[in-house]
Amino acid sequence: MVALLQAKADFLAARIAGLGFEATGWTVPARDAALARLTAMGLPGKRDEYWRYTDPASLTAPAPIPAKVFAADDESPAFDGIDSVRLVFVDGVFDAAASDDPAIAGIEIERLATAARADIHWAREVYGVLETRGQSPVARPLAALNTAFATDGVLIRVTGIAALPVALIYHHTSETSDAILHHCVKIEPGAEITLLESGPAAARFNAVLEVEVCAGGRFHHIRLQGRAHERRAATHVFARLGDASAFKSFTLTRNGRLTRNEAVIELAGDDAAAHIAGAAVGDGAFVHDDTVFVTHAGQRCESRQVFKKVLKNGAVGVFQGKILVKQGAQKTDGYQISQSLLLDEDSQFLAKPELEIYADDVKCSHGSTSGAIDDTALFYLRSRGVPAAEAKALLVLAFLAEAIGEIEDPAVAEDIRARLEAWLTRHEGR
Amino acid sequence: MLEIKNLHVKLEAEDKAILKGVDLSIGAGTVHAIMGPNGSGKSTLSYVLAGREGYAVTDGTATLDGADLLALEPEERAAAGLFLAFQYPVEIPGVGNMTFLRTAVNAHRKARGEAEMSAGEFLKVVRAKAASLQIDADMMKRPVNVGFSGGEKKRNEILQMAMLEPRMCILDETDSGLDVDAMKLVAEGVNALRGAGRSFLVITHYQRLLDHIRPDVVHIMADGRIVKSGGPDLALEVESNGYADILREGA
Repeated sequence: MVALLQAKADFLAARIAGLGFEATGWTVPARDAALARLTAMGLPGKRDEYWRYTDPASLTAPAPIPAKVFAADDESPAFDGIDSVRLVFVDGVFDAAASDDPAIAGIEIERLATAARADIHWAREVYGVLETRGQSPVARPLAALNTAFATDGVLIRVTGIAALPVALIYHHTSETSDAILHHCVKIEPGAEITLLESGPAAARFNAVLEVEVCAGGRFHHIRLQGRAHERRAATHVFARLGDASAFKSFTLTRNGRLTRNEAVIELAGDDAAAHIAGAAVGDGAFVHDDTVFVTHAGQRCESRQVFKKVLKNGAVGVFQGKILVKQGAQKTDGYQISQSLLLDEDSQFLAKPELEIYADDVKCSHGSTSGAIDDTALFYLRSRGVPAAEAKALLVLAFLAEAIGEIEDPAVAEDIRARLEAWLTRHEGR
Repeated sequence: MLEIKNLHVKLEAEDKAILKGVDLSIGAGTVHAIMGPNGSGKSTLSYVLAGREGYAVTDGTATLDGADLLALEPEERAAAGLFLAFQYPVEIPGVGNMTFLRTAVNAHRKARGEAEMSAGEFLKVVRAKAASLQIDADMMKRPVNVGFSGGEKKRNEILQMAMLEPRMCILDETDSGLDVDAMKLVAEGVNALRGAGRSFLVITHYQRLLDHIRPDVVHIMADGRIVKSGGPDLALEVESNGYADILREGA
């Protein structure tokens, strides 16, 4: 037993060797506490129930597995047509020259690296706070590691309706980069913002996004995780929603060796709505894991989880999704669907949907399916003259439609659809 | 136009013979009807001609204007001018009816080496044709056949036929599941397409559809063969006497 604990401690020590943080500023207590949490929890291993389907070894190893830089110029950059405040990180390092001046009306934007030097900051109420709340009932050690050792990130406070979306653009240029970024967003009552994220970030990326949405606030989040084939990423989104607030998040994942996207959403106020969706397409060496935990604490809240994966050539999809309805969370409306389309017999989808309900007047539904392309529908399309490849692409996009439908902005939805179609064309017949 | 000679077909999965030597010749601009009891192979014939998987042709040929149909992929058969109106039109959730139709029309144009139809032009054409089949804008917006009534599905098939302008149309029990009014509407849609050298093969159980779509030739199919052919009167004979007499005659 002692030897086992020692082994766990050594394992953690090896991972965090070389990581550190400055001993001054308002983040220090949060970082100290996070390190204490991490030490108590230890790093995740494949024997942990929460990591049963996805081996975390490459995420917890001392160094990242090198990932070749993917440089294709066959697509326009993500969100190209959207006017936004662009903040660029190259292998996790802020690139001021490539970024916009973040001074715009209604939003405060600061970098974590510089803001952390202050003694006091509004973000103290968010940084590591939502992450800590998200550690129970399930431990998320990689998020605690992030809070302890994040090197940078952005702190965004919105007091009105943001005139422009904020776009976080991640570039991966070094085969061995190992980035840890931590972002905090606070949406004051009635305020509204759209956050865009795009790009592969690093060979290995550990990202945490904490979002506090106060009463009547609205948060929109669209994330494109880049097309780098070999990168690995563990991301966490922690959100807490106040009365009548709204949270909407959509993630598109194409390629990537390993992706673990965790979302921990707490509907704390009444009448709030949280929608979280994802479309993932993988060909070959691809493991994509959506792990979602939605807690209904307030009354009359609505939550939707819509996750779709298209898998081929041995790609693996994982979904672990839970809706927890606390006592008193009456009139909850919870919905969860996770589906995979397996384009061949080598691919697999592992799903663990869960409902845990302690209130008696709630509506919750969940479903999970795994299937192949419908031959009858394929024949129907072909009998109308549509060539087989085009017909298949149409059916795959139809399968993904419900997830894409969660995107509010029709122009963004159309752009995502086009990117999925382009991916299908590139990976057709392989 | 369509020449079928000694066609033998079995089910791939069960090694069970379904068509046992079908001979059929349909000239340009003519309407042929096939009637026959359940299990006689009528629908199999339509599927085999359209190229559905699961059937193996063990003998015989089928050509459309001289082209070997059986060697073509389903989409190539469509491009060659063949159209099958399905007995059970397929529901495709997530694909809008309009998108589906435009994709199909443009696939045909591409196969002919023509430019795609502009969205505006397409909309104009589709609206006019949809209106005559009483297909409203809402039906065009909904996913293909999802939530459509039986009649709506069949009208949607005829709309596709009208848009794709095939040379050889096969209607597989297009009257099944239709009330009298819906059947009239569908028949009017079909009749509007008659002429211009276009041929039809109408598969049906009942004579009543043939009151509305007048055939030139009527065939009776039984046990995988065409056992009798004749004029429109043959359909009336079936309606009043059933198949039993004809089958006895054929045997």
